[in-house]
Amino acid sequence: MSWTKKHLLDIESLTAEEITTVLDTARSFKAVGERAIKKVPALRGKTVVNLFVEPSTRTRISFELAAQRLSADIVNFSAEASSFKKGETLKDTALNLQALNADFIIIRHSASGAPHFLSRVLNAHVINAGDGAHEHPTQALLDAFTIRERKGKIAGLNVTILGDILYSRVARSDIWALTKLGAKVTLCGPATLVPKTFEKMGCRVTHDVDEAIRDADVINLLRIQHERQRATMFPSIGEYTQLFGLNKARFAKTKPDALIMHPGPINRGVEIDSEIADCGRSVILEQVTNGLAVRMAVLFLVNGGKTPVETA
Amino acid sequence: MPDATVILDATAIQRALTRIAHEIAERNERSADVALVGIPVGGDHLAARLAKILSGIWNHPVPVGILDTSMHRDDLDQRIAPTVHPTEIPFDVNGKTIVLVDDVLFSGRTTRAAMDALNDFGRPKKIQLAVLVDRGHRELPIKADFIGKNVPTALDEKISLLLTESGAAADQVILKKK
Repeated sequence: MSWTKKHLLDIESLTAEEITTVLDTARSFKAVGERAIKKVPALRGKTVVNLFVEPSTRTRISFELAAQRLSADIVNFSAEASSFKKGETLKDTALNLQALNADFIIIRHSASGAPHFLSRVLNAHVINAGDGAHEHPTQALLDAFTIRERKGKIAGLNVTILGDILYSRVARSDIWALTKLGAKVTLCGPATLVPKTFEKMGCRVTHDVDEAIRDADVINLLRIQHERQRATMFPSIGEYTQLFGLNKARFAKTKPDALIMHPGPINRGVEIDSEIADCGRSVILEQVTNGLAVRMAVLFLVNGGKTPVETA
Repeated sequence: MPDATVILDATAIQRALTRIAHEIAERNERSADVALVGIPVGGDHLAARLAKILSGIWNHPVPVGILDTSMHRDDLDQRIAPTVHPTEIPFDVNGKTIVLVDDVLFSGRTTRAAMDALNDFGRPKKIQLAVLVDRGHRELPIKADFIGKNVPTALDEKISLLLTESGAAADQVILKKK
């Protein structure tokens, strides 16, 4: 095993070996989820705080269940019902949670770098559940897990990420994870949302959707992030759907075994045709199942200390 | 390898497993109730070998499972997270006599974790413990029912089991200074 990190802040700072360690560990936790008794005592007595300053349903519930299945106690914290409203800073809120002996802080925040900041001021383990447009590491890990499980490998695969890349933390984390594991990543979408500067991350950028999906083994669709966008990025949702949406005609030209992925929430009829979202090649719900296993693995791994394991 | 001593060679390992299999057969008259569960890494291969010998003695197949104990360890926040191996229990443990199989019995903490992990799959009628090597230094009140060899050791020594199933050239149990 090769995991000695105290926090999971981003994918950029992980090695391919560390990513593989998470995926291998997650495989065993997925099996736990299929048992009659889905709970193991690995984090018994630990306290996990879901500090979600930006709203989220699926990631928060996924982390909540992951902590519960590891026998930890979990507290949910949402910005709407908190002292943030009364002007408390993030640091003070986090220190208050630590004063209650929280062992893990899982943070979702609209500001990039918020988890890194917390990791410097807290003793607790910090896990990034999405920070601004920066990274969403557990989403990338569950995407990699799903691809590896379905395709048997990641190295050498053509992965196309289609949609709003500029504002997407999922895209950034996916690019880091998949390129580190040897996939060839292509980004596609409107030129305003997929700038050429992304090529510096080691991937290809194109604005021709038919070319981008033709040779893809995996097509990962991203939602248009209305909440982060200025109105001028593209003319209209209708035009986006027409030019970049995965419709039946485009789907027919993809490889017959190409996987369709989406981090959710999906906007049916916008970035993806409703029937395609439900077809046999869509692994959107598997991603949700795998997300739970991956988050259990992450909690399990960061909980570990620094000294090697003594067996027997 | 500095100061490495071979404690058991291939013949001795085979002989010890054959004896343990006969002891298991002698202790458990209702052979249909017995299932073996190996603890990775090492115990899983030993369990498969024992099951083969036992099925020869009893003239019927003996169920074998693999049980990973890492999620039930009591030192998870003190050491690097252990490698989690797959668990496969392809039979109902309720009412069975489960023989846990491990390569080396040391502190007893792995055995404790294994008994906890097994409970997640049901309630066995009995749990017995078979080990190839008992090296002493128990930290818990745990004792093996079937032992291949007792080896008095110092705490700074390490015992390793090499098996052809895991890619070794020959079966061996080795003792060396850390």
